[in-house]
Amino acid sequence: MFSGSARSKTGAFAVSQSLDPPLLAARDLALTVRGEPLLRNVDLDIHAARRLMILGANGAGKSLLLRCLHGLTRRTGGGVYWRGRPMDRAARRAQAMVFQRPVMLRRSVLSNLLFALGAAGVRKSERRARAQEALEQARLEHLARRPARLLSGGEQQRLALARALACRPEILFLDEPTASLDPAATLAVEQLISAAHSDGVAIVMVTHEAGQARRLGDDIVFLHRGAVAEAGRAAHCLSAPSSAPLQAWLEGRLYLEETRLSAEKR
Amino acid sequence: MYVRALCAALLALILMDAPSVAKERYIIVQSTTSTQNSGLLDHILPLFTKKSGIAVRVVAVGTGQAIKNARRGDGDVLLVHAKAAEEKFVADGFGVKRFDVMYNDFVLVGPPSDPAGVRGMRDAVKALAKIAKTKTPFISRGDDSGTHKAELRLWRKAGVDVAAASGGWYRETGSGMGATLNIGVAMSGYILTDRATWISFGNKRDYKILVAGDPRMFNQYGVILVSAKKHPHVKSAMGRQFIDWLLSAEGQAAIGAYKIGGRQLFFPNAAPRK
Amino acid sequence: MSEIGAIFRAAFELILRWDSNLGEIVTLSLYVTFFAVALACCIGLPLGAAVGVFRFPGRTAATVLLNTLMGLPPVVVGLGVYLMLSASGPLGPLRLLYTPTAMIIAQLVLVTPIIAALARQITEDLNREYADQFTSLGVGPFRKLWAVLWDGRYSLLTVALAGFGRAVAEVGAVMIVGGNINHVTRVMTTSIALETSKGNLNLALALGVVLLAIAMAVNAVAMAVRASAMRAAYV
Repeated sequence: MFSGSARSKTGAFAVSQSLDPPLLAARDLALTVRGEPLLRNVDLDIHAARRLMILGANGAGKSLLLRCLHGLTRRTGGGVYWRGRPMDRAARRAQAMVFQRPVMLRRSVLSNLLFALGAAGVRKSERRARAQEALEQARLEHLARRPARLLSGGEQQRLALARALACRPEILFLDEPTASLDPAATLAVEQLISAAHSDGVAIVMVTHEAGQARRLGDDIVFLHRGAVAEAGRAAHCLSAPSSAPLQAWLEGRLYLEETRLSAEKR
Repeated sequence: MYVRALCAALLALILMDAPSVAKERYIIVQSTTSTQNSGLLDHILPLFTKKSGIAVRVVAVGTGQAIKNARRGDGDVLLVHAKAAEEKFVADGFGVKRFDVMYNDFVLVGPPSDPAGVRGMRDAVKALAKIAKTKTPFISRGDDSGTHKAELRLWRKAGVDVAAASGGWYRETGSGMGATLNIGVAMSGYILTDRATWISFGNKRDYKILVAGDPRMFNQYGVILVSAKKHPHVKSAMGRQFIDWLLSAEGQAAIGAYKIGGRQLFFPNAAPRK
Repeated sequence: MSEIGAIFRAAFELILRWDSNLGEIVTLSLYVTFFAVALACCIGLPLGAAVGVFRFPGRTAATVLLNTLMGLPPVVVGLGVYLMLSASGPLGPLRLLYTPTAMIIAQLVLVTPIIAALARQITEDLNREYADQFTSLGVGPFRKLWAVLWDGRYSLLTVALAGFGRAVAEVGAVMIVGGNINHVTRVMTTSIALETSKGNLNLALALGVVLLAIAMAVNAVAMAVRASAMRAAYV
């Protein structure tokens, strides 16, 4: 069912599933800033209701890839396609994103939800009910009137998730949402993510924790210096990595390429 | 929607003060600081308003500016003190007719030390020449006001080129009479001022009148109705009513009756009319 | 030293006595200033936010222009408004010269750039924080503008205060367009100028103290509001 097809020329891989057409696809995606290639030759397919973990060392371009996929950062090469067509405003509305540090509006918890629903074009009469539902899901009902920026880090991240999910996206991007949270708060956030997934939302999540990738991921993509070094089923790749960078990463070794080392020696 | 609401608010603001809404009947008089600062207008205008029901709104600026404002049509009546400029205003067609209203005189005030030694002189021209010769600080209005014009006339007669000395001992404040007096007193300089402003001025310190009584220091005030030919919106009827009252026995008596500390500030001298 | 004591005593007596004249002048001052600042906020806040939030060609030039206009000399504004409203000017037929409306217009011209320039800074900072989230949520331009204005409301209160401070203390422009007409357009600042020119320095300074006290009261109220907002992390 799953096939990690290697592209010999570039060494990049594509995650693909032979059944339905992908929800979101990147083709030869590249990002070059001031002559420096930060992302190159990235090909990936994201399918409905799947959970993709983007892994990699610091500076590998994980967050940048997520931003390019969601359209927050303009790519400099290649294409991103929503259901096979270029992204547009309607496609954007079918996506949602949660950042590492949640961005809370200077309003109450409830108003934060209402604002997002308004922006998503939900009719005014429906917003309150939808917000209430989201609050209950995130178990934040008792904090509805509280200023959002006074919540704890975990509560804020749950609110950010609830806000993203209230708009009923088909795909949810998560950029290390638990990076600064304690285990209890992390668990609460992960439960929300799992709940969203069981409701049929595709998950694309950046994480630097192999454990989290194992817990939450169906598939993984491992980035190394802006390119896909390995891609495939999470269970398989994380137990039997085939690429040197992912092996090193899983073993906790620092991995530097031979070519670069020899270049530095010179 | 927002822009429309904003425009409505602005419109409401404009209409609020528009003449059609304002109930009060009033005229605008462009006048000089001396008539206002001395308290004369506060004394006589209520008498007129009480009798006629017409409020008088006074804009008190220097004579030069008052005349310019009136030329632009921003006033119904002009009450100033620079006869030549007033006559030119009428000759140019901006005023209907000029009438003498009242007079007082200019005086030269200075510090008690009197460094130029002009105290008690009767000849203002000679006194100024002495100040110029000793290069003692002299503080001028420098604002094209009636007082400034009178002062420049005296300097011309004394044969002193003050423009050349400007910035040295001759200092132009470019301000009103009161401001100039404040500055002059602080600088220990001589100042030419109208007597009314001087008497009512509250910051004299130890300054005294040193030179007075020269006929060339005569200070005549005139009143002119702004011509409706140039500016059709001028309230001619009410303006004329005000001028008639000012020149009438009643108005003249009111001017003569205004005193500060028992001293009369303005002397009515309107030509008797039928 | 005794002179300063005398001034404060005079100011205190002036406030205690509170005759109808003083009341009239203070009321008009506040009326003109509040009206002008409120209108300036209605225009300046959205304008500043638009420059702060939207990317458009000439944006840098607009920022420079706003910042420059902040330093507009009041007398120049006064003269400009005078020439517009004068009987011989383009708006002469409205007959607004020497009315409180004329003073409001002059202060509006003076204060709007200040409010817009400061609002631009605040909304730009706020937008930097929100930009990614807004893009992600697909927030439209008007909702975005309104959101940064609303979320910046307590910081923008300080902006309105800056405008208030400038307007209430302003003398040059309102003197020219208002004419300092007794009972009609005489406000605190023109009264101070008038009393100074009459040589009544103590009275002038006492009026200054009253003006200061009012400005302080307004600031205190605004700061109290801001402080309570601060506790809610809304600033």
